[in-house]
Amino acid sequence: MITTSNLSKKYSGNQVLNIETLEIPKGQSFGLVGNNGAGKTTYFSLLLDLIQPTTGHINSHGVQVNESEDWKPFTSAFIDESFLIGYLTPEEYFYFIGELRGQNKADVDSLVSQFEDFFHGEILGQKKYLRDLSKGNQKKAGIVAALIGNPEVIILDEPFANLDPTTQIRLKNIIKELAEKQGVTVLISSHDLMHVTDVCERIVVLEKGEVVKDLATSAATLKELEAHFAN
Amino acid sequence: MIKRFLSLEWKAFFRSASFGKSLGIKIFMGFLSLYFIAMFLGMGLGLYPVLKKVYPDGDPLLIVNSFLFFWILGDLVFRFFFQKLPVMSVKPLLTLPVKRRKVVNYVLGKSAFSFFNFLPLFAIIPFGITLMVKDYPVTNVLVWMLALIVVVLIINFFNFIIESFSSEKELSFLPIIVVAGGLYALNHFNIISFNEIVGDGFNAIYNNPLLVVVPILILVVCYIFNFKLLRQKLFLDSGLKTKIKEVNASNLEWTKNFGDIAPFMQLDLKLIWRNKRTKSSVWMVAIGLLYGLFFYPQPIYQNLEWFFVFIGVFSTGIFLINFGQFIPAWDSGYYKLLMSQNIKYEQYLKSKFTLMAVSVLILFVLGIPYVFFGWKILLAHFAAAIYNIGVNTHVILLGGSFNRKKIDLSQKAAFNYQGTGAVQWLIGIPLLLLPMGLFAAFYFLIGFEIACLVLIILGVIGIVFHQKLMKTITQKYLDSKYKMIDAFDQDN
Repeated sequence: MITTSNLSKKYSGNQVLNIETLEIPKGQSFGLVGNNGAGKTTYFSLLLDLIQPTTGHINSHGVQVNESEDWKPFTSAFIDESFLIGYLTPEEYFYFIGELRGQNKADVDSLVSQFEDFFHGEILGQKKYLRDLSKGNQKKAGIVAALIGNPEVIILDEPFANLDPTTQIRLKNIIKELAEKQGVTVLISSHDLMHVTDVCERIVVLEKGEVVKDLATSAATLKELEAHFAN
Repeated sequence: MIKRFLSLEWKAFFRSASFGKSLGIKIFMGFLSLYFIAMFLGMGLGLYPVLKKVYPDGDPLLIVNSFLFFWILGDLVFRFFFQKLPVMSVKPLLTLPVKRRKVVNYVLGKSAFSFFNFLPLFAIIPFGITLMVKDYPVTNVLVWMLALIVVVLIINFFNFIIESFSSEKELSFLPIIVVAGGLYALNHFNIISFNEIVGDGFNAIYNNPLLVVVPILILVVCYIFNFKLLRQKLFLDSGLKTKIKEVNASNLEWTKNFGDIAPFMQLDLKLIWRNKRTKSSVWMVAIGLLYGLFFYPQPIYQNLEWFFVFIGVFSTGIFLINFGQFIPAWDSGYYKLLMSQNIKYEQYLKSKFTLMAVSVLILFVLGIPYVFFGWKILLAHFAAAIYNIGVNTHVILLGGSFNRKKIDLSQKAAFNYQGTGAVQWLIGIPLLLLPMGLFAAFYFLIGFEIACLVLIILGVIGIVFHQKLMKTITQKYLDSKYKMIDAFDQDN
């Protein structure tokens, strides 16, 4: 359970996020949509304690994220390329993350091998540094790294952007599988309404930092979202 | 167009996240420049009377000409290490209707206004005026001065040619050392007497002003060559080179002996070995280690016992200074990852500490042969090493918590040859001067052994309180966590 209460973030008087209350039950696959500047990345950054809230706080599984660091063992994220270490090969990067999350090499190998399809032969065994991979391939490595170590909360910011269509479809399957697993909360933001309604049980629309819609996904959701953003 | 470029740079400077820090450094550099200007001015004014006194029979102008070769050589080496081609982020300009020619001309033109080019003027002009006052023919002296200014600019552009070639090599400073050393040696052993050739050349220009065309032609050739080099770099693919070397992944299992900091040690070692910029700090170690050889063989320094400790701190701490001053900026590219991962900050910092402490130990051991020049040197180096481990490592880690400047390890910015200039050396000053001052004070008050003992005691205190100090330092880093994340997110 991730509980957000009275959360707001201001940059020099400018309010970029203001969420009075938002509860995300454990195991939910949660989608966040909104136009540029709606506050999606800000919310995720607050959830990862990368920026300081102006007021309020987020409570993740009973841990207040800006007070204690105990949320780190069960949380993982891929926000952007700055989550990658450019001078490592993808394998080394996976092992490094694995080590931080208490996984040995064999654990990491067996997890990563499940994603060979997703990697499309362009990540593993390439003998290239991450910095020399294309943007899309970097993203694949980053997303898979976020799945290492059985995290209970997985945060992916715009995971579909920059990926080719084949990979987008494979990624959807991966996220769906994760969501089916008991107790894994997946948080995704996206500009692609179709993808997000496909994989998420619940979709929240942010507008200028405020929650304007909170929908349980159904057959009508996509139409409703499209209508909302058309105006 | 030039006005726009200037305004872009103005904004980049004032709007950068590290503005306060770079302003401080700029002010310090300002004072340093004033000092150099005063020195050169003094030289320019004093040169004529002094030369007249030392060589009453010689013509001061001819004597100056015969020494010009050494000045050219020295200036070239000095510039190689301290002057960098102005950096400009060109990528956004490439698709705009700005002629590439203009960008290159702007960058090169700006470099001509470097402080390094103005400095010699402070010596050349007063000396030239003195000559004219002493009834040398005015036209000839003016042309001679012009020739010198042209030579200054030749050095300026020649230096960038050397830098652009050597920046692609790993041992970037080796070519310049070899070339300068070779020329000096050829001259010194009278195989080819360059100082006479250069001297004769300037004498000829003085006697026959039309010959000034020769240096001007050389300058034009240098400029065009630079222009061509830079123009080539102004294409995106030169930054995104397709030539990707195969990676040799090493597993570094031996780091496991360091326990829970092993993953960070591995990361740091890879960081150092796989990035050009960090790698050069490893090669600097060689220079630091041999640094003592400049001083100890000379009898004058044998008696300057208080100076031993300076060389000790420098040669055992060169890696510490070079690497340590950019903690945690080395990791700025992926700082957000580290901050959201399941890591203990203390382990992260401890890995850096261990790396620096081990480097001091290794450098001390490698420096033991200096005992050849006297056991006191070894003792001073030992004291300096202990001081480095106990005090300087902690100081530099603490300083890192104020670090707000991102380092782009991938270095794709065009025109960015080495990325570090004179500023890098400034940070070493408190680390070097403080122990030297302490040592000198106790040396003159009590004696050599006691002064060594003082440094050792300070170092041991630092080592004893290591855990406590690390706790405080870690807290400092935690306190500035958000500020660092924010600053490392910005490009400048």
